[in-house]
Amino acid sequence: MGSKMEISMKVNGIEKKSYTEPRMLLVHYLRDELDLTGTHIGCDTSQCGACTVYIDGKSVKSCTTLAVQADGTEVTTVEGLGDMEKLHAIQRGFWEEHGLQCGYCTPGVMMAMAALLKENPDPSESEIREGMKGAICRCTGYQFIVKAVQHAARSLAEENEKEKLVQSAGEGGAK
Amino acid sequence: MAKLHGARIKRQEDPRLITGNGNFTDDIKLPGMVHARVLRSPYAHAKILSIDVTQALEHPGVLAVYTGKDVNPVMQPVPTSWVVPGCNIKPKPRMPLAEEKVHYAGEGVAFVVAEDRYIAKDALEKIKVEYEELPAVTHQEDALKEGAPIIHEDVEGNLAFDWQPAEIEDEIFEQAEVVVKQRFYEQRVVPNPMETRGAVAQYNSGGGEMTIWCTSQNPHIHRMVYSEVLGIPESKLRIVAPDVGGGFGAKIGVYTEEALAGYAAKHLKRPVKWIEERSEHFLATNHARDEVIEVELAGNKDGTLTALRVVNTANMGAYLSTMGAGVPTIDFGLMITGAYDIPKAAVRTYGVYTNTTPTDAYRGAGKPEATFQIERAIDLFAHEIGMDVLEIRRKNLVKKEAFPYTNAMGLNYDSGNYQLSLEKALEMANYEELREEQKRLAAEGRLMGIGFSTYVELCGLGPSKVAGAIGFQGGLWENSTVRVHPSGKVAVYTGASPHGQGVKTTFAQVVGEKFGIPIEDIEVYSGDTGSIAMGWGTYGSRTTAVGGGALAIAADRVVDKAKKIAAHELETSPEDIELKDGVFQVKGVPGRQRTFQEIAKSANMAWDLPEGMEPALEAQSFFDPENFVYPFGTHICVVEVDKDTGKVELKRYIAVDDVGRVINPTIVEGQVHGGLAQGIGQALWEGTVYSENGQLLSGTFMDYTMPQADFFPEFETAYTETPSPVNPLGAKGVGETGTTASTPAVVNAVMDALRSYGIKDLEMPLTPEKVWAAMQNRRELV
Ligand code: FES
Ligand code: FES
Repeated sequence: MGSKMEISMKVNGIEKKSYTEPRMLLVHYLRDELDLTGTHIGCDTSQCGACTVYIDGKSVKSCTTLAVQADGTEVTTVEGLGDMEKLHAIQRGFWEEHGLQCGYCTPGVMMAMAALLKENPDPSESEIREGMKGAICRCTGYQFIVKAVQHAARSLAEENEKEKLVQSAGEGGAK
Repeated sequence: MAKLHGARIKRQEDPRLITGNGNFTDDIKLPGMVHARVLRSPYAHAKILSIDVTQALEHPGVLAVYTGKDVNPVMQPVPTSWVVPGCNIKPKPRMPLAEEKVHYAGEGVAFVVAEDRYIAKDALEKIKVEYEELPAVTHQEDALKEGAPIIHEDVEGNLAFDWQPAEIEDEIFEQAEVVVKQRFYEQRVVPNPMETRGAVAQYNSGGGEMTIWCTSQNPHIHRMVYSEVLGIPESKLRIVAPDVGGGFGAKIGVYTEEALAGYAAKHLKRPVKWIEERSEHFLATNHARDEVIEVELAGNKDGTLTALRVVNTANMGAYLSTMGAGVPTIDFGLMITGAYDIPKAAVRTYGVYTNTTPTDAYRGAGKPEATFQIERAIDLFAHEIGMDVLEIRRKNLVKKEAFPYTNAMGLNYDSGNYQLSLEKALEMANYEELREEQKRLAAEGRLMGIGFSTYVELCGLGPSKVAGAIGFQGGLWENSTVRVHPSGKVAVYTGASPHGQGVKTTFAQVVGEKFGIPIEDIEVYSGDTGSIAMGWGTYGSRTTAVGGGALAIAADRVVDKAKKIAAHELETSPEDIELKDGVFQVKGVPGRQRTFQEIAKSANMAWDLPEGMEPALEAQSFFDPENFVYPFGTHICVVEVDKDTGKVELKRYIAVDDVGRVINPTIVEGQVHGGLAQGIGQALWEGTVYSENGQLLSGTFMDYTMPQADFFPEFETAYTETPSPVNPLGAKGVGETGTTASTPAVVNAVMDALRSYGIKDLEMPLTPEKVWAAMQNRRELV
């Protein structure tokens, strides 16, 4: 057992401080220490993407990141993506389009795909499939995951459209 | 109310899973819980000379280190659960930990329990084991040779069983106009659900009750076996399958680690968690397939098929796993004639012990292999006589009028319309045009191929009488309870144990349709032996056909009782009551009615029930089907092979399946897609490699190709609906169709593309390297 180090990070918007072993993986820290068990572990060679979370908005595999490396950062997990009161568009897409079966890969795949949509709001089918490299789902054959991501892209576009309208209405009113 | 049966309803299981609120085995955390790990043998075959655990025990945070000497005398071995009769079977029960000898790389040698997972892992390195390495054998044909290393001393020649239920006179083959012979190798694959195996065990040292949460497809089977292994009465042992992250057959099996967690929990009086790592999963969880299949198909020049003879030499690994022996025998052997009317058939299966991880069921279990050999053989036969692969199928597919049809092995196919699915698939594919395109591309020097698979498979396991006759150590009926709460909300309990199949939603649809209430009012529970009377689990595409059968019967019983209560209150006879849209109505008298909720309340309050009626509104059914079900269909695969690289590009994939009556088309499509990815995965990418001395070389996702999203085109799926007459829902099962049908469709397509090279067959997976090398070795013939 190595000596413990103090780390602090903001996880899903809440400040967390703990003493942790330097060798502890971020995924274990999130799951075992913070009880955020939505992030899963599917492999031990950094291939499956079940453990994907965001550090400072960038998607990373938490099975290949040490908790201490995330010291001082902001971490987002699937629990921070959205809840039943307000689902994130990607969560709605997965639900509407049957993007999950057993649901084990799902949190990681949703995190990765939400990140993809940030970079490319209107991806083609092949861009989505390409973007899913590094994520393995054994259940779905991926087709409905593609549909789920397309669904999310559409609703994000609509949300943006609405926001723009509201904004321009607001600006109009101010004039 | 909108119709629920047949509706595309989004799944009830999803909200928890998309918000990170699932409850998988590794998510369980109990007060005082400690963590276990297994020390595994680095050798495939070795004598254990000594094990020294002193240093590991001294390691801070380590609570216990168990070896075979500690646990084997106080636990029972894990048995084989499918003891196929009449084949001189020699099961070798698996001891919880290897004691004198290890039989495959990865076999458990010690079990460490520590305060956290990291410490448990540290401690493994401090255990000193002295081995004397023995020669190992990994391939079944080598293991049968004279002088091969012997895996179990008392199993002569490593022959675990020799199954030969039927023979054919040689003359039929000698006198046939045409005989096609081919040897196929169904390579070893790994089911690899994304959640590995794991268990959390808790023991109450006062009352002696134990609960084990584990990654199970069939908790009641696990209870039955672990009760024996642990010596805890079935009545005190509760097995819970919480959310389970896929199974595909790998979580049917009864293993040693879950029981060891139970033993340690009892011994240490602390809850114990054991979770497999992926690279451990590759060694410790069942593999599948690995069969050398030699086929002789006889017939006439006009394309009539007369006889089929098949020999399967199956690699069983180091032990006969739970259902292992049934897979290459019953599941495979009785289905060898596939969807074709071949009057005579014979099969022989050798089950062989080797120094490898045991093999067992994997999505389809035996049926994919049966389908593969006949679909490939029929193509070879067609080529031999110069007939089109479509024509030979049209000629030999069992005709619609022939159902129920008895195949040459004695199985009775329940219902079917094979021509319908074939024609539908041809239409979707625009077949004539595809062949034209193939010619056009050929003229440009490009290699396009079209492959068929017109399959049928045995599903919906199955009648219990048959289970007994074929040596399956369990029944195969299913159980369901439908409980109506006083408010009219409904709880459904099923003995099936789904783990991704969408059964919560499907079953709610069935009940909602029957009661005329919204599915939000229905909750489906599964996977807990503490609340579910009995059941045999989810595998063999049995959940909707058999479990759904039990459910439909129980729901009908509830309706019958409710009608009696309504009739009593409305002062009429039950025959005059009809249930529509959740309202019990006196026929022809509008306004004289009771809602479902009102009757639920009346039944539960029991203030005024018909004379002699018991209170409450609940029914249970134990449904034992009279026969299996036989889903079928036609798959067409279109590929292009790159001449320069050997790479196979999937251009189109068309799947028309008939899974009987469809309850939720979206869920059915999802099942088909998933099955396709696995079946195509076997054809093109997946495969397990052992080194000469039995080291698993493809032991991580780096070396074992798991299909990824960009490997596939968009699948084109459709279905026909031929109800099964053997269960109340008319369902046939869908979980395994994609895997069963797709592997030969893909290989047939690639072989079609390579016909100009005179290449008849290549071993799977058809990797670019293999295809390219084959092309280099043959001069193009045209
Ligand atoms: S668990 Fe992190 S990539 Fe597989
Ligand atoms: S839904 Fe099961 S692994 Fe993706």
